Amino acid sequence: MNLLWAYLSDPAHWQGGAGIPARLGQHLAYSGVTLLIAAAIGVPLGLWIGHTGRGRLLVVNLVNGMRSVPTLGLLFVAVLVIGPRLQGDLAFLAPAIFVLVVLAVPPILAGAYAGVDEVDPQARDAARAMGMTSAQVLFGVELPCALPLLFGGLRSAALQVVATATIAASVSVGGLGRLLIDGQATRDYGQMAAGALLVALLALAVDLAFALVQRLVVSPGLAPARRRAPQIPEPAAQAA
Amino acid sequence: MSWFLGHLGLVASLLATHAYLAVVPLILGLALALPLGWLARRVPALYTPLVAVTGLLYTIPSLALFILMPLVLGTLTLDPVNVIVALTVYTVALLVRTVADGLGAVPETVLQAATAMGIGRVRRFFTVELPLAVPVISAGLRVAAVSNVSIVSVAALIGVSQLGSLFTDGFARDFLDPIVVGILASLLLALALDAAISGLTRLATPWLTVRRAT
Repeated sequence: MNLLWAYLSDPAHWQGGAGIPARLGQHLAYSGVTLLIAAAIGVPLGLWIGHTGRGRLLVVNLVNGMRSVPTLGLLFVAVLVIGPRLQGDLAFLAPAIFVLVVLAVPPILAGAYAGVDEVDPQARDAARAMGMTSAQVLFGVELPCALPLLFGGLRSAALQVVATATIAASVSVGGLGRLLIDGQATRDYGQMAAGALLVALLALAVDLAFALVQRLVVSPGLAPARRRAPQIPEPAAQAA
Repeated sequence: MSWFLGHLGLVASLLATHAYLAVVPLILGLALALPLGWLARRVPALYTPLVAVTGLLYTIPSLALFILMPLVLGTLTLDPVNVIVALTVYTVALLVRTVADGLGAVPETVLQAATAMGIGRVRRFFTVELPLAVPVISAGLRVAAVSNVSIVSVAALIGVSQLGSLFTDGFARDFLDPIVVGILASLLLALALDAAISGLTRLATPWLTVRRAT
């Protein structure tokens, strides 16, 4: 405990390229980029699958399958296979981001799909009966109704990405994970514990931020969300 | 392939440790989640706080939790106990809600029928409520089992040896074979645990099988 406070209270650890703010910035940057890419893939695909009902099995199997893949192994394989084809920092960063995206897509896809799939069929029918086109039904009715579950998926994905970005430090990229990995290498438990504490706080903060945004974005009519048990098991955040 | 054949013994012993590190927390977690889930269902005011607190624990990244464990437990950093306790925390976090929801899904009429037959509270819990909640609990248990197997490998980064050690060794030597073997062994272990839990669930819920057959 003393080692932890000694590390955190040393001003030298709060400045420069290897300081805590810089590491935090890198961590957020990796996680943000990953989530943007993963959402750009997962949300449209999930909405489409939910809307058309095609490829449901794919979603269930993808989510369950990815949960069992050991992240650390995947990360190392990606760096060893993709890394040599790239130069400089990119040789480590690109494979790491790739793995993070691969991990983040399934929960987002599942959330978007389950959200649309669980829209009250009567609401959908009413919209059709009013003469709305397929696209209008999707964007005017299904998407707003799907937001709670869609956000649930994004939230799981965000937590998973923050956790896995920590592990990515073991393949020489930045982020808060560096404190953990470098601390391990130099047997500096204070540094490791400080990194671990910061990562845990970051994960909690990210989760809280998503909860707040969700509250702002989701229609109040859906707030006490009458949620039936999702057909897909809750996407587990913790695969890393 | 030749690497695998040459290191069968090593892979087998790492696999055994891996299975041990993944399964023990599963059993401990279930043992803790059952009373907690029951409590959350019994005292409705406790449901939200219990689910919220365990949910927060679940957001803590695994590597961070492994490293923080010695601060909480007073153990050494390399002690496998850290991994077991951390995974137990995750398992409990996942299962408390599942157990509470599973118990909550038992129809009220069934409970009333049991009470009318003169079955006491304790006996009703073990012979009526719990068996009927088994399918829901088992679904949660399968998720926990599969993610535990995946998370255990992360412990290689803090020097606890199991299948994840094949990843770190392979990476350090720029050698893919051990990593691929490790991934496959880990996937097989996850599949085996998943199948084992499904099998036990089928044994514990014979009435579901009968319904399926007819």
